[in-house]
Amino acid sequence: MSKPLYGLMAEFENEHQLVHACERAYEEGYRKMDAYSPLPIEELHHALHIPDSPLPKFVFVGGLCGMMGGFGLLYWIANIEYPMNVGGRPWYSWPQFIPITFETTVLAAGLTTLISLVLLCGFPQPYHPVFNAPRFSQATRDRFFLCIEAEDPNFDMQRTRQFLSTLHPADVAEVEA
Amino acid sequence: MSASEAVRPTLDGMQKRFLIVGIVGMAALVALGLSDMTQFYRSYLTAFLMWGGIGIGSLGLLMLHHMVGGGWGVAIRRGLEAGTRTLPLVFVLSIPLIVGMHDLYEWSHAEVVAKDPILQHKSAYLNSGGFIVRLIIYFAIWIGLATLLNKYSEEQESAGYWAVRPKLQRVSAPGLLIFVTAATFASFDWMMSLEPHWFSTIYGAMFVIGCVLSTFAFNIALARLLTRQAGMENAVPRQTFHDLGNLLLAFTMFFAYLAFSQFLIIYSANLPEEIVWYLRRMGGGWGAVFALLTVFHFAVPFLLLLFRKNKKQPAMLASIALFILFMRMIEIFWEIQPAFAHDKEGVPQPHFAVHPTDLTALIGVGGIWIAFFFFQLKRRPIDPMPLA
Repeated sequence: MSKPLYGLMAEFENEHQLVHACERAYEEGYRKMDAYSPLPIEELHHALHIPDSPLPKFVFVGGLCGMMGGFGLLYWIANIEYPMNVGGRPWYSWPQFIPITFETTVLAAGLTTLISLVLLCGFPQPYHPVFNAPRFSQATRDRFFLCIEAEDPNFDMQRTRQFLSTLHPADVAEVEA
Repeated sequence: MSASEAVRPTLDGMQKRFLIVGIVGMAALVALGLSDMTQFYRSYLTAFLMWGGIGIGSLGLLMLHHMVGGGWGVAIRRGLEAGTRTLPLVFVLSIPLIVGMHDLYEWSHAEVVAKDPILQHKSAYLNSGGFIVRLIIYFAIWIGLATLLNKYSEEQESAGYWAVRPKLQRVSAPGLLIFVTAATFASFDWMMSLEPHWFSTIYGAMFVIGCVLSTFAFNIALARLLTRQAGMENAVPRQTFHDLGNLLLAFTMFFAYLAFSQFLIIYSANLPEEIVWYLRRMGGGWGAVFALLTVFHFAVPFLLLLFRKNKKQPAMLASIALFILFMRMIEIFWEIQPAFAHDKEGVPQPHFAVHPTDLTALIGVGGIWIAFFFFQLKRRPIDPMPLA
């Protein structure tokens, strides 16, 4: 009895082949697939039809909260909780609140980025089957991979393997789940 | 026919149109200004700083590009170089500053200086002869640098990009230092000395970055115009528009940062000799302009430029750039004009007013400068220089 299968992993020698392979696989009707590359490739986003990340919206809201929180804090301290006369300035000296407001905006936006990125990426994740592919460590060096997952309704061991081999991969390997 | 040749008729058309606008604007400026020469020079100064500033900013950005490289500079380099070649015209346009010195700068009046001990102490620097000599030195420096850079750039066309690049860098590195120093003193002479008692050390940086911001906005609009022409569609790639948008955002923020730094320090100290600059610019109706600038010179462009979609769409980015260019005019107007509001005894009396000559000066000088810019742009190839 063979072990359960995660998918088929094709290896490519450059990013153009990878982008082309992703486009072709999408045209063939494959949807459950992912590409792995040692460098960011702008076109991959379009080739795989990955929806836009909600991250910017989270960061914007996070920054907004930091901004209002920082300004609110200063207003509360200087006007309500502990009003202090500094050289006869008005209590509500808003220009002097701006630098701190800026800092809290950046701090909150930065922390929101870090936390939402970790969560959106599905971390922490101690196990992922793609690392079972024999040459996958090359994905952080100089090789480009496309993995079509067995869960895809169009997936068929024979046909998918044949399709991948038409894309001139350097290698096609089975990936155990 | 190369792409450069194909856009030539469009550029000819632009040059002609702006020349007509410029001549009509100048004629209106002179017609309206003859009855009130003082107002004529005051309006003219705003227009000179706005459009001449793009020539000055072009030189700084071009040298910055030679030093740091980058796709953004390759894409707008032709526009920057054409901008530096307008500096001789900007020099000619600066003549009214000398002719109208007495209408603009109170330190140029001997009887005012005689009554004012502060101006007496400053007169070693702030005097008519020094003003003229320094103005000539600034332009000698800028035009000299521009000439060298354009000469080497022409060499680069035939000898190859990498062969001539070291030469351009050898000029640009010390050039940037000299350029910024000259521009700082120019801003002291032309703008800060309008209120000769007042001083701010960040003022020069604000002037330089203001010029660079205008230049950047102008060149983004130009890139959009060029890439709409047949054969030039790929002269500026989409990704580069995104980069240009990011840099426009950076310069918008940089200018706001400098402007706010000056405001915060002066607000916090609240010293009579410093705070007067803001009192003049926030009272008598000018406060509304100050609020308008905060929102539309900074906040709105800042928010629009945060979104990637707006930066990747050349049409949208060019609209934002043109809007910033428009706000630059109001910003300079707000910096210059309140300096002149005095009552009969010479006591500052802020009072917001727009004179017809303010508009005709901006249109007239702008038309002539832009027409000359297109004339200079056409004289050299327009598509980006290949990196080989």
